[in-house]
Amino acid sequence: MSKSDKEKTGNRREFIRDGFRYSLAFGVAGVGAILAFKSTSGDTVWQLDPAKCVHCGRCASNCVLTLSAVKCIHVYDMCGYCDLCGGYFRPGTKKLTTGAENQLCPTAAIERKFIEEPFFEYHINQDLCIGCAKCVKGCSAFGNGSLQLQVSHDICVNCNECAIARDCPSDAFSRVPSDKPYLLKGFE
Amino acid sequence: MNKNLSLDKTLFEKKKLKKLITYSLLIIGLFVQTQSLFAQQRFPKPEFESGHTQPPVITPEARSLFLEYLDVFILIAALSLITWLILRKRSRLGVFWMSVFSLIYFGFYREGCICSIGAIQNVTLALFDPGYKIPLTVIAFFVIPLIFTLFFGRTFCAGVCPLGAIQDLIAFRPKELNSWLSKMLGLIPYIYLGLAILYAATATDFIICRYDPFVGFFRLDATFLIFSIGGIFLISGIFIARPYCRFFCPYGVLLSWMSRLSKWHLSITPAECIQCRLCEDSCPYGAIEKPVSVNVRKNREKAMRRLVVTALLIPVLIAIGVWAGYGFHENLAFANYQVKLAEHLYLADSAMTPDIKIEIDAFKTAGKSKQEQYMEAARIVNEFKTGSMILGGFLGLMLGITLLGLTRFYHRTDYVPNKGNCLSCGRCMDYCPVEKEANEYK
Repeated sequence: MSKSDKEKTGNRREFIRDGFRYSLAFGVAGVGAILAFKSTSGDTVWQLDPAKCVHCGRCASNCVLTLSAVKCIHVYDMCGYCDLCGGYFRPGTKKLTTGAENQLCPTAAIERKFIEEPFFEYHINQDLCIGCAKCVKGCSAFGNGSLQLQVSHDICVNCNECAIARDCPSDAFSRVPSDKPYLLKGFE
Repeated sequence: MNKNLSLDKTLFEKKKLKKLITYSLLIIGLFVQTQSLFAQQRFPKPEFESGHTQPPVITPEARSLFLEYLDVFILIAALSLITWLILRKRSRLGVFWMSVFSLIYFGFYREGCICSIGAIQNVTLALFDPGYKIPLTVIAFFVIPLIFTLFFGRTFCAGVCPLGAIQDLIAFRPKELNSWLSKMLGLIPYIYLGLAILYAATATDFIICRYDPFVGFFRLDATFLIFSIGGIFLISGIFIARPYCRFFCPYGVLLSWMSRLSKWHLSITPAECIQCRLCEDSCPYGAIEKPVSVNVRKNREKAMRRLVVTALLIPVLIAIGVWAGYGFHENLAFANYQVKLAEHLYLADSAMTPDIKIEIDAFKTAGKSKQEQYMEAARIVNEFKTGSMILGGFLGLMLGITLLGLTRFYHRTDYVPNKGNCLSCGRCMDYCPVEKEANEYK
């Protein structure tokens, strides 16, 4: 093979390779562009719909973080400020006191504060809440449903696929736009 | 006749009334059910006489969009810098410090999430599910490294990917693997990629994220299983350099395809190879191709025959793959939640465990009929049938191509990196005694 022949095959190979390279580049960029066209301008975050929640308790155990990113949030607008709070007291409690034996919350994350006769305010200590939904269940069964589970976005790492969403029995999790990251009921 | 007709008419009227009653009862029932599903204002909000004001509702802010775009910017900057370090500066030390930076930023600070490897699944889901909205940052993280690799080789793997970086930094005592063993293990990424795409396309699961071995270390928090898998990868990674990148990474498959066509790939020597053999054992990943002497090609006819036989074998392997995929599609489909739920409903009376009970109770409150759920499951199983057959065929094809690659002879005079497998880490560059300046003086 003479030198010019070699150069020729080299050129041909280079040409074919160039062809492949640019068509692949356009292909990849094209897929990206098609997707970009139908994508959201902003970002999305995970959130759960309290109306669908069945209070199964998996939020506490199935999050990739050991202390779940799901927390109970108190929507004060909906609260009846009851003395006998279904979210605070265990069923069948005789004395309505803050005694540990009376509390429904396993980590004593709910603080009960006397406001005026006969109203009490309930405040959730976010650091203690584990997202087990026991109080949420109690409140929606006997009260107004002002205690609601939500993904707390300062903790959530916004996984590609939420581990709780995958195991949620009632399909309550969805991606929501990050500029409106909460799905609380009865609260604007 | 006439009488009969009027009787019919009254019967019809009666039926209509009955229907009306049942419908109205149903509607009332539905209303009651939604009422109990989500409690309404049973107790009115009090008006305080003591002038108490209610505290604000706590809703912590999400990560700002600016920071998300900053991640993309850092990705592009890191890729450009590392490409410059490898191709122009030829600095292994620079690549090392880039790995450290990526491990800290994309690994420990961003906690391994946003990642190009996982982005495969988002892209797949977005292509198959019109309802799914993919964030722009995820598209950027998927596309940008691919484009870079197409021109500069796998510089992304060298020190921008945090999963690669953590393994690269602990590859202390790399041992060479048998070439047949590394070829066979090299088939696993195709299986992983295929399964990941199948499960993402059917909106079943994101298995790449679920079994990400290092994210547990990045978050310093994981289940025992994931910690064990990660630990095995890290410990074996001391001896078998970058086991995840070479034998598991599904994104590596795509990058490898791109890198084969790369225009300005890393070269071991800055000028002309002098065959000094100093770099021969320098690659911990076994990606350096040794020169093939002409002698090996002597038996040309035999080699030709082997090539033809292997090429003819490929359609057979594809057919076997398709058949195997068809056989396994139901097993694969059971990972899908909707299919599992349908099975639970079907078996509900015989085998009721507490875990299933939650699912079935939730299903009942959702107000979907059993029949609908079965139809949905059947549709998904059907999707899996097509998908598994394509997956099987793809794996057969990849096996065939790998075998074909083993039978082919490449005539080479110099030591060159295998463009597909080379991770552009730049270790070999330090071994080359040839200097660019010396060459330029000539």
